[in-house]
Amino acid sequence: MMLYPSISYSRDPFLAMRRLQDEFDRAFAFDRAFAPVLSETGRAAYPAVNMWQSENSVAVTTELPGVEPDDIEISVKDDTLTLSGERKAPEVGDKAAWHMRERPVGKFARSIRLPFRVNPDNVEAQFANGVLQIELQRPQEDRPRRIQVKAA
Amino acid sequence: MTKDVVKQDKRGNGQDAVETTRGAHIYRPAADICETENGVVIAVDMPGVGPDDVDITLEKRVLTIHGRIRPTQPEGYRPVYAEYGEGDYERAFSLSEEIDEAKIKAAVHSGVLMLELPKVEPARPRRIEVKAA
Repeated sequence: MMLYPSISYSRDPFLAMRRLQDEFDRAFAFDRAFAPVLSETGRAAYPAVNMWQSENSVAVTTELPGVEPDDIEISVKDDTLTLSGERKAPEVGDKAAWHMRERPVGKFARSIRLPFRVNPDNVEAQFANGVLQIELQRPQEDRPRRIQVKAA
Repeated sequence: MTKDVVKQDKRGNGQDAVETTRGAHIYRPAADICETENGVVIAVDMPGVGPDDVDITLEKRVLTIHGRIRPTQPEGYRPVYAEYGEGDYERAFSLSEEIDEAKIKAAVHSGVLMLELPKVEPARPRRIEVKAA
């Protein structure tokens, strides 16, 4: 049996388009710069985030290499965390020539829906080695309470 | 001519599914390469890698960089959602003859490795006088 990728000239133009899209997706699937999650505009959501949870708090981590802590803005409202900032382009002289530019630059903004409402006054953020870690606490009044069952 | 001062090594191109013996993935980090009059500057994104976690080796004009990740693990938390993976970083660049191998400098700042590769002092063109016999 032959296992070559065959090109079939189908009469369905939509099928051909879908195939092209599939091939395109596969070609970029390995590239780290293309985050798998797409925003509403269809572009890759930046920055990619990981989320961690404990009983009464949630932690969000994200990779922002080369960004200064002063250039990161974090805001919290109810259950939405918004990250914005700028990755500045490196400063080079006029005579410099670029041979490769893969690192993304520019302004970014992203809102993330958290699993619960958080207290905006109790947010901690740390930035080390280009990794941002934000810890958010559930407000006291929203915490689940254990209800004792009494024997009649 | 300047285009091939630093070439990207094609080995491992786009492969991010390689695993180390520690069980971590190896990623090919994004890089910028910029050439100035005095040398070449390479910037490599390595989030999660500290200044002591980078190995740089130079062999037969091939500069290999390897960054060991310090995995992010908030204490007392369990992962619930992930968009990016963590792992070591590895990438190689081949250097041209113009680079002075002895003067290469490296620094890591907030997850970015900066490599400075100065060029060798340019050989001055010499004028040879033709003497009349």
